[in-house]
Amino acid sequence: MLSDWQFIGLFVILSPIFPAAPVILQALLGPKKPNPIKQSTYECGIETVGDTWIQFKVQYYIYALIFVVFDVEAVFLFPIAAAYDQLSLFAIGSTALFIILLADGLAYAWSKGALEWI
Amino acid sequence: MNPIELLKTLVDFSTFDYLRGVWGPQPWVEPLLDVIGIFAVSTFCLLIVIFLIWLERKVIARMQDRIGPNRVGGKYGLLQTVADVLKLLSKEAVTPSGADWWAYNIAPFLIVMTALLMWAVMPFTSQMVGVDLNIGLFYVLSISSVSVVCLLLAGWGSNNKYALLGAFRSVAQLVSYEVPMVLSLLVPIILARSMSVNSIVEAQNIGYIFVIPMSAIIFFLSASAETGRTPFDLLEAESELVAGFHIEYGGMKFGMFFLAEFIGTLFMSSLFAATYMGGYRFLTAELFGYQTPQLLQLLIFFIKTFIVYFVFIWFRATFPRIRIDQMLNFNWKYLVPLTLVMVLVVALLDQVVGDAHWLVRAAAHLASNILIGAGALVWARRSAAQRHIMVDANATAVVPGPVFTGGGGHGHDDHGHGHAPDTHGHAPATVAAHD
Repeated sequence: MLSDWQFIGLFVILSPIFPAAPVILQALLGPKKPNPIKQSTYECGIETVGDTWIQFKVQYYIYALIFVVFDVEAVFLFPIAAAYDQLSLFAIGSTALFIILLADGLAYAWSKGALEWI
Repeated sequence: MNPIELLKTLVDFSTFDYLRGVWGPQPWVEPLLDVIGIFAVSTFCLLIVIFLIWLERKVIARMQDRIGPNRVGGKYGLLQTVADVLKLLSKEAVTPSGADWWAYNIAPFLIVMTALLMWAVMPFTSQMVGVDLNIGLFYVLSISSVSVVCLLLAGWGSNNKYALLGAFRSVAQLVSYEVPMVLSLLVPIILARSMSVNSIVEAQNIGYIFVIPMSAIIFFLSASAETGRTPFDLLEAESELVAGFHIEYGGMKFGMFFLAEFIGTLFMSSLFAATYMGGYRFLTAELFGYQTPQLLQLLIFFIKTFIVYFVFIWFRATFPRIRIDQMLNFNWKYLVPLTLVMVLVVALLDQVVGDAHWLVRAAAHLASNILIGAGALVWARRSAAQRHIMVDANATAVVPGPVFTGGGGHGHDDHGHGHAPDTHGHAPATVAAHD
């Protein structure tokens, strides 16, 4: 069991090598002539106005919230699905109820207009 | 160690067993073999991308009645991508002033790392698998969701408004389409009673695509969105956002994002091949006691993977890009409810037919899936008809015309090595009435 994760651990440690090799090679091979114009922000040739790191549309935030609900659901559903033939009928019933409750949450968000793109 | 014997073991894929035999039970043997495996699979991924980019450009070119790359490396332009890589290597590495240095530079590394790490659990053959984790699919999903963070890091760190907009969109898209992807992968897990990719492959007496086609279609659609390919390539959207989250990247750091995209797409194809098409299994020959040799298993796995990959390219060449509200609506108001219904039906049905003969079970699931699919089509037609009525009522004066939102081709695809004129999409872009 632990030796399974040894492979993953080694992979995590070694995997930065593969993107690093070409990037370092480019840093060695490419020219180095920085100037302020070259390093300015590219916005179709127009100088950028104001701060970039601004607050942004709340719409995305609502999608993220609904996503969190479903992702947590998935974390619970995966073990249930893998151990499906060891479940009692009661457990199946409660799982079905769980999914229906989440679908109901989606329906609620939908009826409240949270899924409308404004 | 005898080099000739070592070469012989490469043919029947028993090299690791041979090396274990030669070196004996030392504590450093297993980590060393792991490292060899890691380097093998990662190098394979990096090198195959060169071929994949060429394949994609060539196939899309033929589908759009162009020639595609045909200059560098002979008649078929085989060395085109190599030339492109050399060009990227000779570029200056520019970090924009005002960029968040750490976020800007760490994002391309992290995204390639996530794309590579997913391969750890992929069974190329029954023995050639990095590690057969008992939570394999779960591991894949959790690693693939890290790429969302990379896109946000890249967009936020670039200090560019287009990049930030692109990053917001990508997060909304990737996060949304992860829900149907996760839920549709639940269905093969319920059928195979295991999360390990290898056991899912072993459980498929017939490919699950013939048992649960709806799940396969939903997985394909959401995987296509997760990798940000053309009908869903709002992450890049070069006509609106210049290039989206990676606009400030150049040279190899830019290349890393594309590397990750291509590795990710190939991974999704191979995951589709493994979970829905029986992976390395030779159709149903195993049922009749046929022992498929390892080399043939590998070949079958790659044939299946590239069939799926071809469909991905076909998909990209066929459809124009959709708008962000359409895309999110399609996901939340159509795919997610549909997937929830499908998971519920399959789970309850499997409780009834789970112990029956596997053919009976497969037939029952196929029937229920076809019913769900038919229902989904009726529902789609009805809601489309409703939308038409709404559009007609809202805007009677606007003449509906062909909508061209400019799909096809990434920025770096447009060097124009095909010399046939661009035959598609230069009709006057009349904007149809939308909402």
